[in-house]
Amino acid sequence: MSGASEGEVRLPESLSGVEPVQSVRTPIRLEYDYRPSTSAESYLRAYGEKRIIGHRSPVDGAVFIPPRGVDPRHGVAISEEVDLPDTGHVGNFCVTHLPIPGRKGLEVPYVSAWIHLDGAAVGFLGLVRGCPSEEVRIGMQVRAVWKPDGELGTTAENILHWEPTGEPDVPFERAGNRSFHADREEETDA
Amino acid sequence: MREVAVVATAIHQVPALTDTTEVQLMVPLINAARDAVGLTQAEIGFTCSGSSDFLAGQAFSFVQTLDAVGAFPPISESHVEMDGAFALYEAWVKLQAGEIDTALVFSYGKSSPGSLRDVLALQLDPYFLAPLWPPADAVAAIQARLLLEAGKVSGEDLAEIAVRSQRNAVGNPNAVRFSPDMAVADVMAEVPVADPLRPSDLAAESDGGCAIVLAAGDRARQLCGRPAWIRGIDHRIDAHGLGTRDLTRAPSAELAASVACATADLAIESLDIAELHSPTTSQEAILVRELGLGAATEVNPSGGALAANTLMAAGLVRIAEAARRIIDDRADRALAHATSGPCLQQNLVCVMTGG
Amino acid sequence: MAKQRTAVLGVGQTKYQSTRGDVSMAGLVREAALRALVDAGLEWSDMDAVVIGKAPDFFEGVMMPELYLADALGCVGKPILRVHTAGSVGGSTALVAASLVQGGIHRRVLTIGFEKQSESNATWALSLPQPFSVSINAGAGGYFSPIIRHYMARSGAPDLIGCMVAFKDRQHALRNPYAHLHQHDLTFDQVVEAPMLWDPIRYSETCPSSDGACAMVLGDEAAGDAAAGPVAWVHGTAMRSEANNFPGRDEVDPQASRDCAADVFRQAGISDPRSEIDVAEMYVPFSWYEPMWLESIGFAERDAGWRMVEEGATHLDGGDLPVNCSGGVLSSNPIGASGMIRFAEAALQVRGMAGDHQVEGARRAFGHAYGGGAQYFAMWVVGADRP
Repeated sequence: MSGASEGEVRLPESLSGVEPVQSVRTPIRLEYDYRPSTSAESYLRAYGEKRIIGHRSPVDGAVFIPPRGVDPRHGVAISEEVDLPDTGHVGNFCVTHLPIPGRKGLEVPYVSAWIHLDGAAVGFLGLVRGCPSEEVRIGMQVRAVWKPDGELGTTAENILHWEPTGEPDVPFERAGNRSFHADREEETDA
Repeated sequence: MREVAVVATAIHQVPALTDTTEVQLMVPLINAARDAVGLTQAEIGFTCSGSSDFLAGQAFSFVQTLDAVGAFPPISESHVEMDGAFALYEAWVKLQAGEIDTALVFSYGKSSPGSLRDVLALQLDPYFLAPLWPPADAVAAIQARLLLEAGKVSGEDLAEIAVRSQRNAVGNPNAVRFSPDMAVADVMAEVPVADPLRPSDLAAESDGGCAIVLAAGDRARQLCGRPAWIRGIDHRIDAHGLGTRDLTRAPSAELAASVACATADLAIESLDIAELHSPTTSQEAILVRELGLGAATEVNPSGGALAANTLMAAGLVRIAEAARRIIDDRADRALAHATSGPCLQQNLVCVMTGG
Repeated sequence: MAKQRTAVLGVGQTKYQSTRGDVSMAGLVREAALRALVDAGLEWSDMDAVVIGKAPDFFEGVMMPELYLADALGCVGKPILRVHTAGSVGGSTALVAASLVQGGIHRRVLTIGFEKQSESNATWALSLPQPFSVSINAGAGGYFSPIIRHYMARSGAPDLIGCMVAFKDRQHALRNPYAHLHQHDLTFDQVVEAPMLWDPIRYSETCPSSDGACAMVLGDEAAGDAAAGPVAWVHGTAMRSEANNFPGRDEVDPQASRDCAADVFRQAGISDPRSEIDVAEMYVPFSWYEPMWLESIGFAERDAGWRMVEEGATHLDGGDLPVNCSGGVLSSNPIGASGMIRFAEAALQVRGMAGDHQVEGARRAFGHAYGGGAQYFAMWVVGADRP
């Protein structure tokens, strides 16, 4: 290899015997002032009324939650809002034994689950409580547990967690992401 | 080199996006670009975008934006954490190999939630420069000071650039700052923000996005009556350290331009227009000299970054603004430029012709 | 102009470990780049361009680090691109570099992926609250473990398949001097008895956090022919992306993964991957992804990937399709480099330069990377013979 030998640094005399700097700690702070989009605002306000808003795709009527204003399969804008019930089933889940950074008061282990609301075509994340974590299963029917009326804000945190309803499970083959096609098949069969 | 052209463009820039997310911004732009040439996403050979997490304040921020494209069935797609002009370069490269005929390129920036001058400080060397947290306008001002003291430009020269930019921007729906009658004296009377740079010397920050469709050879001719053919495109970078290079020069811009013009077999003096991504008047003065632009070339007919600067998209917007003037038969030979990094550290030049 | 043949002329890696306190980010990337140049028998001045990739800027807190690193990578006066495609970035970075040669733009390109996790706060960066939503997941494992649960239920795989993969990869790592984890005394029981992190993923089945960089020198056909040592020829390259949450999505076996694999094998003229590929480096950050990717890529039938693991088919000793002989992501994970390490290790195998973890007689190898919500895929096939 041509050029000066790699790694050789000659220090000036004045620095001989001075301990080298091993690391530098540079704290960074940046502030971002986010404003909700119109669809996000509608979604958050609805939470304040214990309503859950989804977006219905103009292409095939699939309902998305949270309502992001777009159907990601087609890159098509969505503006039609629909009210979703606060019941559904566990499409999939994870039992976590680690705390969430920055989130206090969450007992470990906890169950985070993809909640498939009745009528929604995709799942969204929520905590599941109200039964031992070993009893949580794919297809388990759940309902939302809301904060008391006086404590509601315009936030998804209004839903504290989801608890089992005790109804019969949705079968594995029709649970979670499989529910969309299963529902469609039912419609065409009927 | 395979013939590749810009066949469709879509731009949208506003002072601040308040009611929509980046995804909602890009849906109509991407659809407009594809619809302009009647292509569905399934017919597009490759998609490439440019954006910045630090701008969004979110790691992996580009993942959400994929929803705007309609990525199912799956697509061949990639992303650079750079201005969209470099995403266009990547797409152009992919087209050269001959396996695809069309590409979609897009980029966007929503800087309004954060403080751009502070965010950009984090582009600097993390051990020696960033901890000093120099705001971006102050860094540019150091360059402007050197330029003035070297006698290469005067304060009035810079004010002229500001005036011309704002005058050109009148009538551009994507400009966020424009004025038909601002005068040099008005600019000289402004109190400097970062001496010697005054408000009119600095880019007008905007939120927005841009989408472009590229096509090769006969496919381009099928899709567009007058494609803007990319005859030469090149990009280079200079040393990072602000003290290690002559800030009154931009060698990477000069080199990129000479390579692009040589490939295009075009003399730089023959250009009709040059869209330069210059976030300050001082940087525009440097670029004009480095590129060797002739007096007959109209600089920034759109108003340039001084009229609207959507970080991460401003370079792609320059390519779009130049290309659409060729497509609309308002120009024959155009140069578009993009820059990245402090004080014109990295530069891309794209030369396009109508014939 | 037709697509140009492309060759891997050199590979350079740093020893992966949790902290490289002796080098800055610039020093880290330069170390890998220099080794790749030496391996290729070339100089900095021979490189026409650089393509660099890494994980999100928020990790190390440096915005667009290619600007700061240009000097260290001998890039002044040259083009540099920085790719960012989430976890697959190391792979897609290599593909963008290959594209520059395939398109006849450049003759020799340096490509590099890196992460300085010790100077990063990845957990913080990954937990930045999304505006207006509640944070529920603690890390990537929280995202992938439900998908694994689905696979286990659907395929009926025995519970300990994941542990077998983890144990295998850590055994392989002992034969790779660059690997981060060298767990000499690890037993299978220890893997099984490790604490559960995201049920069903145990601590022992999870990737480490590493500092490291991996670089390759890519060249055109003339450069490949002129190379003094063996080169790896690129036989196929492919990238696919899909949305991560849409109605009816198969998250266990994403269509983007299937399409990407089908494309890369078609380019390489491969119709039976299991028998025609000699060795695979797949992106497996959580153990169960090995059987899942074996199926998705087409090395195994649906619901049969776990049988390959159980039979030892993916073991370096005696397996007919050794997987992750380098130790894989489970043994070393500098996130921005991990994808490139897979591609580079595939190249080392067909060049016969994988040392103690060499698969004897390997002539065709597969490199794979994925990222995001299992939605970004980058793959390549390399061979000892010119395509």
